Amino acid sequence: MTALDPTPAPTPATSRDSEANWSKPVDRLTLGAVPSEAINLNVTGKRLSGPVQGFGQLWQKTYAVRLTGTTVTPAEVMSVWKREFASFWPAGARFYAPFTEIAPGEVGLINQDVPGRQVLSTGVLVIYADDVSFTFMTPQGHVFAALITFSAEPDGDATAAHVSVLLRASDPFFEALLMLGGHGKENQHWRGTLTNLAARFGVAGQPTVTATCIDRKRQWQYASNIRDNAAIRSGLHRMVHPRLWLGRSGGA
Amino acid sequence: MTSGATTVQTRSIGARAVAIAIGGDVTSSSEPVLMAAYEAANADGASVIVLDFSEMAYMNSGGIGLLVTLLVRVQRNGQRLMAIGLTEHYQQILSLTRLDEAIGIHATEADALAAAGVR
Repeated sequence: MTALDPTPAPTPATSRDSEANWSKPVDRLTLGAVPSEAINLNVTGKRLSGPVQGFGQLWQKTYAVRLTGTTVTPAEVMSVWKREFASFWPAGARFYAPFTEIAPGEVGLINQDVPGRQVLSTGVLVIYADDVSFTFMTPQGHVFAALITFSAEPDGDATAAHVSVLLRASDPFFEALLMLGGHGKENQHWRGTLTNLAARFGVAGQPTVTATCIDRKRQWQYASNIRDNAAIRSGLHRMVHPRLWLGRSGGA
Repeated sequence: MTSGATTVQTRSIGARAVAIAIGGDVTSSSEPVLMAAYEAANADGASVIVLDFSEMAYMNSGGIGLLVTLLVRVQRNGQRLMAIGLTEHYQQILSLTRLDEAIGIHATEADALAAAGVR
């Protein structure tokens, strides 16, 4: 038997009520009421799909911003981030949350503008939340099969906010898009989010990005995920609902 | 409210099978110690890795991410990853995150070895 040196104990700041911090089991997603201007597609009825079920290469990306010059604590940062999550997203991306605060088990709707005056509709489930972090998991058809964790932790004499994404592209279509500039768009989105979060605390933040390809192999057994592709389904929805061509949207 | 360190112990449990007993908290901070334990098992020529969660106190979403990256390494090396000792709550979490589709969950070490075809 071999015993290895233990890791140091992490900072004792988090609530450790596992039953409360994790979402209850979810078979298929159900989305609550969202504003009438939102396009509600590709969420209700979908199963979750994480990195194990994705098609493309597995990436670990971490975006970070240091809230230099403030005395705000990690828990205070996360409290604001949970309550005002949607307000930090950059232009062109909208997060509709039929709840007042990020909490385990809640489902959010995402509407992302894409070229050609299209809107890609998808969503996320909040699978985990504690005092200093929360995590989204994506549904079938999302661009990524991913776990996305938002967190804050001490960094010297300040607090740093992080977005950590563990992702595979869901299908071959999205994998091709990622290789053709999608990673850059993704980086732009989360850097913009962290810049806006930092500004909320009066900081002109300069987010950093680190990206590591953990698995270069593509999982061809999941190529058929393309049948749920949210971009294709959103485009088809728009084609058969001509009123959307005029810039109007609606539920489905 | 306390936080615990991650402890791991590795031991051979059969021909080309190694158990990694995990105690304390499993978070993203557990990566160095868990990956070191896996490397030790890999060096021993294990074809089956059994994670024993009987003594685990807590796992957050960072711990789930860590299991994903461990799974990739295990699969890359042509090995199988199994789990035993999970409470019903954590079995539900592996089901929620659909990790149970790639990590075999079993009640006992003997069950895991039987499922892996290892004696």
